Amino acid sequence: MDFHQLWVILSTPDNVPIVLLLFVVPFYTWYGLRQAFANDRLIAQLEADPALAKTHHRKTQPFKAGWSRDVHVWPYLLRIEFLAAIIVTVILMVWSITLNAPLEEPANPTLTMNPSKAPWYFLGLQEMLVYFDPWMAGVVMPSLIIIGLMVIPYIDPNPLGNGYYTYKQRKFSILTFIFGFIVLWVSMIVIGTLIRGPGWMWFWPGTTWDHNRLIFEVNRDLPDIFGITGRAGKVIFGAIVVGLYTVVAALLMHKLITKTAFNRKIYARMSVLQYVVMQTFLIIMLSLPVKILARQLFRIKYVWVTPWFNI
Amino acid sequence: MPETNGHDGTPESGAAGNGGGNGAGASKVGALVAGAKATQTKAIGELKEAIKAPEKTDVWKSILRVKHDETPRSRALGVLSNVFLHLHPAKINRDAVKYNYTWGMGGMTFYVYITLVFTGTLLMFYYHPSKVVAFRDILYLESDVPFGKLLRNMHRWGAHLMVIMVELHMFRVFLTGSYKKPREFNWVVGVLLLVLTLLLSFTGYLLPDDQLGFWAVTVGTNMARATPLLGHAGPFGPQLGMTPFNDVRFGLLGGSIVDSNALLRAYIWHCVAIPILASAFMVVHFWRVRKDGGISGPAAIMLESEIKEPKKI
Repeated sequence: MDFHQLWVILSTPDNVPIVLLLFVVPFYTWYGLRQAFANDRLIAQLEADPALAKTHHRKTQPFKAGWSRDVHVWPYLLRIEFLAAIIVTVILMVWSITLNAPLEEPANPTLTMNPSKAPWYFLGLQEMLVYFDPWMAGVVMPSLIIIGLMVIPYIDPNPLGNGYYTYKQRKFSILTFIFGFIVLWVSMIVIGTLIRGPGWMWFWPGTTWDHNRLIFEVNRDLPDIFGITGRAGKVIFGAIVVGLYTVVAALLMHKLITKTAFNRKIYARMSVLQYVVMQTFLIIMLSLPVKILARQLFRIKYVWVTPWFNI
Repeated sequence: MPETNGHDGTPESGAAGNGGGNGAGASKVGALVAGAKATQTKAIGELKEAIKAPEKTDVWKSILRVKHDETPRSRALGVLSNVFLHLHPAKINRDAVKYNYTWGMGGMTFYVYITLVFTGTLLMFYYHPSKVVAFRDILYLESDVPFGKLLRNMHRWGAHLMVIMVELHMFRVFLTGSYKKPREFNWVVGVLLLVLTLLLSFTGYLLPDDQLGFWAVTVGTNMARATPLLGHAGPFGPQLGMTPFNDVRFGLLGGSIVDSNALLRAYIWHCVAIPILASAFMVVHFWRVRKDGGISGPAAIMLESEIKEPKKI
């Protein structure tokens, strides 16, 4: 156990936000889901008792007859905003007094940093470079993430859970988002920051960064495993495999989308366009963990090899 | 004469006629002093009144426009008639002011953005976006400028904090389903703001012109050369005539390597272009929050049995 190395990584000034993220993301996930489960219990109670549902104010927050449903912004909101501004200022001040922003040596194009890392919020993308070529990990995937986020409101036909925390009424969307945000985005940032060392090699926390370490990994392309050597053969084979993945992933996703009676009810509300767009983004999102597993378990580099691009 | 003159602020009536030349002069001075004293008394009176009830002065009224007393009406007006507060409604959902629903992330992100604009503007006074002096400017800022180090630290950590807060804000908005009708478009604007936040932070990374920023931006922009169709190393790029000197990476860096042009471009994007864009989108974002019905919740729970049939187009 090399505690010094661990400390060097954790205390690197630009890594402090990730250390913060390690605490803040689980906390807020718990904080949000706790309210979701509280609301779910109320939903179960109201569904069981239609008479109560008619009279209940339908929130977990307390409410009594005669209370006004609104309060004045001044002072009830503005005092909180004022307090929040003060607290943020104090936190930022203390942080800035105790920890200095990093400044390395002057830029030197002839001296490559090893590891040379992107800013922490792009480390998920940099980590993706291990599994995909730059055009995919650096350009196509980020663009698809942005577009995929933008289309969320337009492909979610579920009218429930608008303006309150709930898990029960939106299981599919909540699990998908948590998978995308926490499992794919945040955890890949954490891996890129805390685990990847020189040569972008995997160093478990506590092991020493060995700059002379070599890993002999024989990554093969999928067509080579099957003994396909011709250029045209590889193109066709890759297209078939990717097509097959698409079909299998689509079927799997369809199974999930129509799993429960409630899911089917929501599915019935979807237009064809909504369904196709949703499937497209789900299939592409799922391709990332699939490619990670293919690499880690079977040492596969490319699935689809063509003269123009490789996937 | 002087002892009887002007004690109560009024000159003695016969004073001017009684004396000779001297007397006339003295009584004129006396009248003047008396007048001054009267003015002084009046001024003190007015000042006391203004201090006692400043809200009755014309200046106060002109600035605040409306009366501010302890009535619900003026509490509402206090918010609505203020340029900085008028983005707020006069009244708000009683449960929305508790921390647990919103986590305060959107508001705090905006506040951090303001502190970043403030510290960033101060930093601009000490920084030249030129390869020759950029790094030295940072050293100068850290060692010689009063509070320069604090300023730079606050800008750096504030930027990180903003990225974290924006992501958590999006997480909260998703968990509460606040992107649903009628707030779909505001979610889209929010995603754009998230992207702009990341770009703001990324363009700022290069500015100290140190190894950290240089290699981070090199790694980042090297991706751009692999852009499909538009990058010289991307799929179908070479076939479309892309070279290192005309592709999208060249456009981003103003050259084929990260050098002085890239520094200047990063500076202009960071300090001028993206802040303007982000501010414009923020205006839209906040305006839409109000127009789409204010804060989304905590709303009354809807039950599965209450789902209505979707409207046919």
